Amino acid sequence: MSQDPIRLHKALSRIWATAPGFGRAAAVNHSIVGMRFMITAAFFFAVGGMLAMLIRAQLATPQSAFIGPEIYNQIFTMHGTIMMFLFAIPMLEGLAIYMLPKLLGARDLAFPRLSAYGYWCYLFGGLILLGALFAGVAPDSGWFMYTPLSSSTYSPGINADVWLLGVTFVEISAMTLAVELVVSILKLRAPGMTLSRMPIFGWYILVTALMMVVGFPPLILGSILLEMERAFDLPFFDPNRGGDPLLWAHLFWLFGHPEVYIIFLPAAGALSTIIPVFAQRPLVGYNAVVIAIIVLGFLSFLIWAHHMFTVGIPHLSLAFFSFGSALVAVPTAVQIFAWLATLAHGRPRWDVPMLYIAGFLVIFVLGGLTGVMLAIVPFNWQVHDTHFVVAHFHYVLVGGFVFPMLAALYYWLPQVTGKLPMHRLSVPAFWLLFIGFNLTFLVMHWTGLLGMPRRVYTFLPDDGWTWLNLTSSIGGFLLTMGFALVAMDVFLQRKLGKAFRRDPWQAATLEWAMPTPATPYGFASLPRVEMRADRLSPREIGPELAAGRGYLGHARNGWQETLGVHRVTGEPDQIIILPRPTFLPLWTGLSTLVVVLAMLFKLYPLALAAAIFTAGLLVWSGRDAGQPRDHGLMPAGHGLDLPLHTEAADPPPLLALAFALLATGTILASLLFGVVYLWLNAPNWPPPEVMAPGLVLPAFIALGLVAGPVGARLARGGVARGGTPWLGLGVQALGSVAAMVLLVLLIQDALPDPRAHAYAATSFALLGYAWLHVGIALLFVISNAQRWAGGYISPRRILDLRLTRLWQDYVAGAGLVALAVAMGLPALL
Amino acid sequence: MAALPLLGCAGELSVLQPAGPIAGSIATLSWVMMIGSLFLTALMTAIFFFVVWWPRRAARISARAWIIGGGLILPGLVLPPLVVAAVVVGERMMPHDPVPRIEAHAQQFFWTFRYPDHGGAETRDLLHLPAGQPVDIHITAEDVMHAFWVPRLAGKLDAVPGHTNVLRLQADTPGRLEGLCAEFCGLGHSHMRFEVRVHAPDEFASAVAAETTPSAPEARP
Ligand code: HEM
Ligand SMILES: [Cu+2]
Ligand SMILES: [Cu+2]
Repeated sequence: MSQDPIRLHKALSRIWATAPGFGRAAAVNHSIVGMRFMITAAFFFAVGGMLAMLIRAQLATPQSAFIGPEIYNQIFTMHGTIMMFLFAIPMLEGLAIYMLPKLLGARDLAFPRLSAYGYWCYLFGGLILLGALFAGVAPDSGWFMYTPLSSSTYSPGINADVWLLGVTFVEISAMTLAVELVVSILKLRAPGMTLSRMPIFGWYILVTALMMVVGFPPLILGSILLEMERAFDLPFFDPNRGGDPLLWAHLFWLFGHPEVYIIFLPAAGALSTIIPVFAQRPLVGYNAVVIAIIVLGFLSFLIWAHHMFTVGIPHLSLAFFSFGSALVAVPTAVQIFAWLATLAHGRPRWDVPMLYIAGFLVIFVLGGLTGVMLAIVPFNWQVHDTHFVVAHFHYVLVGGFVFPMLAALYYWLPQVTGKLPMHRLSVPAFWLLFIGFNLTFLVMHWTGLLGMPRRVYTFLPDDGWTWLNLTSSIGGFLLTMGFALVAMDVFLQRKLGKAFRRDPWQAATLEWAMPTPATPYGFASLPRVEMRADRLSPREIGPELAAGRGYLGHARNGWQETLGVHRVTGEPDQIIILPRPTFLPLWTGLSTLVVVLAMLFKLYPLALAAAIFTAGLLVWSGRDAGQPRDHGLMPAGHGLDLPLHTEAADPPPLLALAFALLATGTILASLLFGVVYLWLNAPNWPPPEVMAPGLVLPAFIALGLVAGPVGARLARGGVARGGTPWLGLGVQALGSVAAMVLLVLLIQDALPDPRAHAYAATSFALLGYAWLHVGIALLFVISNAQRWAGGYISPRRILDLRLTRLWQDYVAGAGLVALAVAMGLPALL
Repeated sequence: MAALPLLGCAGELSVLQPAGPIAGSIATLSWVMMIGSLFLTALMTAIFFFVVWWPRRAARISARAWIIGGGLILPGLVLPPLVVAAVVVGERMMPHDPVPRIEAHAQQFFWTFRYPDHGGAETRDLLHLPAGQPVDIHITAEDVMHAFWVPRLAGKLDAVPGHTNVLRLQADTPGRLEGLCAEFCGLGHSHMRFEVRVHAPDEFASAVAAETTPSAPEARP
């Protein structure tokens, strides 16, 4: 069913268009949102780089009078925080958002409004941190915010709250995107693209996103606990009242170590995509690489404590963490040698991306090797917290992230701009970066070995660090000039570059089969993939798809359609109708901003009101999502008839909820880890007073919790039999309200003052966790009622009730665990 | 600030100029690992340019051999000896037999050293040590986390409120050394240094005994 490509293009463009001007704020399209992420991240990179220049200016000479410790502490804390949370993570998210659908042969991600909301959370959180920097009240306890220094006793100002709340805000964005990316990879691929045919970048992002789903919760929990300690004096980390500063360190690095791999993997994914193009052959060892990154993902969660070798952990654990950390070299080496083998068995050609790949290799290998050195405990004890470590992690981060991203920039820029690269500035820019970087950081290893600690704002002429520091500072300014040249280069290419037809690098992946710059709908029709998706011929596929000869090559009902496929086999199982541009993500983001700001300025009633408003907004905005009637099977092209996602057996939201549960389950697991950790390790245990609630109250709470799953089944059964869900919804509502009220009673009457001891504080946190999740269950129920009344639920369109059941099952289980631990702990003490 | 220039002369904080057996074995380990790392980096760079410039020759090695050789065998050759060396050196640093102890207590932004074997004498920002004899430093903190570090004698250990960490030190000969706080602890972190005086074994007791009262705290910026 061939069509006129121009007509199809116009029809689809109309449907997928985002309004210009102010209407752009309503954008939900992945190309727009992904680009926004990347541009905002680049902006924050510039800010972080400026701060780095201030650091280097101050350290250029001994006893410099340029910056005092008050400001210096803010500067290095913000440099680290911005680079990690506002540059690296959002940049990789932006790349994934922008590129994934194009590589996977889908028209967009699974939940466009969620990515838009994620962007606003990121932007607003970043602006809070930036505002604090300009107001001179930026966080100043270092990017890992060790307590007690970051506690209210030793950091009484607003600075630490800015970090805890601002970074958590940004992390909401990371969590939403992680879920979004996992589900999109598993459900929104081109027909026929089995998991093992996926372009390797998809695997990298899949592993990365899964790591984010379980990697961020420990820090989110830690930040919440620390903010509660600061705001309400709950002593989770106070050693005088049964808390332990080391718990914070564990929670932070439980996140912090995987974070390094979360940053590295997407960059490595870009390399695994780009190297084959310049080797002119497909990636060698695809399976080995997939196994390597999965192993890397797992390993990275086992070795967090190598950041804590000096805090005094038992010898046996030292050996374990040391060995595990050295072991990480293996999956990394497998990848590097797969790349080398690809080049060896191909016909390598040079171009600017290859230049950056060479730079990456040299820098990253040395950074990896100093990493192995740091895994060796005796050596670690010497250089930990010195400039040796600063040099090491810049080798890893700049070598393992910035250089690959620059390779990716030069590789994909033509895809984004539709203009061919020009090489006049690219090459000198590379050399400035490469030389400047090594000048700055190679000598810095030596500075550290000569004993210079990190995070000192000054040093003495006699320390013997003068020339080394001056060299680093000069190198730093060369590096900055290099980045300025790259920026200029990109600008010039956009303005002056020559246009091209299709696939200028002779690549073999789908993103080059679409029109450039990307159209809002991406592919005019979706391809069928019969082989590994890095061996395709974009120049042949492109015109076919443009002529509508693939799937969904039509414009119908004004719907933004894309295909959903089986998670593993890639066989199409539904037509997904994606939402149009809407201001809702912006409004929800703004109302979340009010919550965060209110907490920042300690206006708790306002924070509560805004939180309820935000929740209401979410429920209300879901009132008319999906379809108000049953459609049955619809044609998808090539004689294939598929249900809409509203009527499909495995719609994306179900999977999304499962991963959301994994995330919140990890929060609960981290909390339980905290309880056990404090009980076994913290000073001043056992607590002076424990909880003695009797059995009646807990029994009724348990009953309320169990009413959830029971009611959810009643509701679903009712609708499935052609009746109504009202009985089931009523049971759930009653159970939830009862459980919430009784939990409050339990906390008020039976629990000792949570400010008195960490035991009571953690029990409070456990019960609070249960309370919050029951509250969310209530929102599900309200949403179900609203959507049933609106006609959005039917025996065929039963998704809502399935989601509620899944949530209720989790809440009942998690709530009972929390209750049991809070009640059972005193018996164990 | 004014008192600081008196402390320190070049190299006083260098990990690579050990003044005791523990720092000595770590320094050796450091040299070996550094040279090894530079060698491996050079090797990998050479391999990269080899495969890019002479792919036909590089292709004589099968793809599988590349990945297994570089990904499994190469780390397999390097890592085990390294980890063994680490455990050997590490064991030597660990406190095994009972030795004299000194307490190091960190507080924003100074150090208090107590000598329980010498009638509870106390010094501030000044640590007396006997030469040629192992000593265990019991490290604690008053307020926030700090870290005790005398680079020329041994590695560092954190001072954590609510916990005690034990670090073994040994100095070879009498003389002056320097130590500092290595864990960021707030505004005065950069200046939280201390002096180490190593005495001949027979003079150590009298040197500690001379410290009847804690020395006056220095004014700090
Ligand atoms: C543009 C070139 C850069 C320069 C010249 C630079 C320089 C520095 C220096 C000198 C420090 C140590 C400050 C101190 O301990 O007193 C530092 C810390 C740090 N840098 Fe960079 N940096 C650069 C880029 C980056 C990038 C790209 C990242 C991450 C993606 C990064 C992440 C960090 C982190 C996490 C810290 C630790 C902050 C802390 O101690 O709390 N830096 N940087
Ligand atoms: Cu200190
Ligand atoms: Cu300090």
